[in-house]
Amino acid sequence: MLLLENIIEVNHLGMKYHSLNGEITALQHIDFAVKKGEFVCVVGPSGCGKSTLLSMIAGLLPPTSGQILIEGIPVTGASSKVGYMLQKDYLFEWRTILENILLGLEIRKTLSSKSRTYAIELLRTYGLYDFEDKYPQQLSGGMRQRAALIRTLAVQPEILLLDEAFSALDYQTRLVVSEDIYGIIKQENKTAILVTHDIAESISMADRVIVLSRRPAVVKNIYEIQLTCEKRTPISSRNAAEFKLYFNQIWKELDVHV
Amino acid sequence: MFSASSPKNVTEEVSAEQKAYLAKIRLKRSVILLTQGSIIVVFFILWELLAGWGIIDAFLTSQPSRIYRTIMNLYQEGVLFAHIGITCLETILGFLLGTILGTIIAMLLWWSDFLAKVFEPYLVVLNSLPKIALAPIFIVWIGAGPSSIIVMALAISLIVTIMEVLNGFIAVDPDKVKLVQTFGANRWQTFIKVILPSSFPTIINALKINVGLSWVGVIVGEFLVSKAGIGYLIVYGGQVFQLDLVMASVLILAVAAAAMYKAVVYLEKFLVKW
Ligand SMILES: Nc1ncnc2c1ncn2[C@@H]1O[C@H](COP(=O)(O)OP(=O)(O)O)[C@@H](O)[C@H]1O
Ligand SMILES: [Mg+2]
Repeated sequence: MLLLENIIEVNHLGMKYHSLNGEITALQHIDFAVKKGEFVCVVGPSGCGKSTLLSMIAGLLPPTSGQILIEGIPVTGASSKVGYMLQKDYLFEWRTILENILLGLEIRKTLSSKSRTYAIELLRTYGLYDFEDKYPQQLSGGMRQRAALIRTLAVQPEILLLDEAFSALDYQTRLVVSEDIYGIIKQENKTAILVTHDIAESISMADRVIVLSRRPAVVKNIYEIQLTCEKRTPISSRNAAEFKLYFNQIWKELDVHV
Repeated sequence: MFSASSPKNVTEEVSAEQKAYLAKIRLKRSVILLTQGSIIVVFFILWELLAGWGIIDAFLTSQPSRIYRTIMNLYQEGVLFAHIGITCLETILGFLLGTILGTIIAMLLWWSDFLAKVFEPYLVVLNSLPKIALAPIFIVWIGAGPSSIIVMALAISLIVTIMEVLNGFIAVDPDKVKLVQTFGANRWQTFIKVILPSSFPTIINALKINVGLSWVGVIVGEFLVSKAGIGYLIVYGGQVFQLDLVMASVLILAVAAAAMYKAVVYLEKFLVKW
């Protein structure tokens, strides 16, 4: 795939939280860029500021220093270019699957017969069309996560931010769902940033892995992931010869203690 | 050939063990129902007989047959349903107003953290105050009539509703809020799309509690204002030493209160479909 210009640029980003007990520097001097169509994973120990980073890219949280450019324009508020996926699917139990998927369009006031048709088309493409009138609790965990992705895709974002999107699932389901979601993201040609504390997950999906240090987090290293395997998917990646090498390197870098 | 329907048939066929299990459950349920019914029947029969034999004083305890006659008399005088109607109306208005107003005030307090902080101590004090103490004030201000009684019912349920519902609003998962904010939701959209529907079960619960509280408010109000209603019949019966009337009214009250509670439970099933 042809990688074009930088779609996201993070320049010297820093974030401090203030509370009565004092000040917490979550992130400092963060610099990186993401190219269009790229799949980037951010790994780092729990509490280092990964969610904070995504919130800032999504425009939910103003940084205390530095700036973020999306397609060259500084982020100042919730951007329509960005879609967000959280750890849980947060499908609303009082809405049917279709109503859930139209949520973003409703809020952005862009619900038209055209955008509605597009959303329904996504449901059809990704095998949830038969469930459009069902309530979320009638779906399996994997299908719910897929529905959550379609809800995000329905507003046609360029960039997907995934915050530990698979961490709530059990191991087996997690492999299947990450394979599924990865396939959809690639098919829809989206740029993605996945935040995770799971090293194997990050290598299995990423074109590049950004390793953050413990708090206050800085970028420790950035790995280009090049794996020799036939058709790269998260599951096939795990069998590539280089997988273990990357794993060991990042593991050392993260310097995990109990 | 394996037909596509064969696995389905297997699951639909109920095994002997499953049948036995279901039968056992059904039997247990019938026994419970039967026992419940017997208790009430035995209670009334004993009451009737003991009073008839003069073992207990029917003048003080009344008697089912006399209660029945009292109710029939009220009915023939054409006042039975008027009394029941006014009390039920006051109660329904009281708890609807309490729930709606309480929810609106809770919404304002959710909206403004400043207001919530400012009013917190006042709410705590008002919550611990026995609202019945306010009844004379309402009667003086509003007049001795149904309006005072409704305000009494409202006063009893309002503060509890505000606190319950506000807590419900605050307890909504912040990540659900984050989700709608990633779509650029403003505060009003956040409230309408997430906070309110998420808190629906809390609001229904407040409604259930408020039914009970409103009955207390209405009956106390009727005790004090005493012009019409079931509460009025009870007080009047007590004053003229007609225990038949008192017992009859209490019985009607029990049935009406239970019916209203059932109605709210039914409403919940109807509204909360997921
Ligand atoms: N709203 C907040 N107020 C104060 N501190 C916060 C807030 N949100 C996060 N933090 C702190 O910032 C640090 C980074 O949090 P987070 O971005 O959630 O980490 P991660 O997602 O990597 O686990 C944590 O130590 C956390 O305690
Ligand atoms: Mg996090």
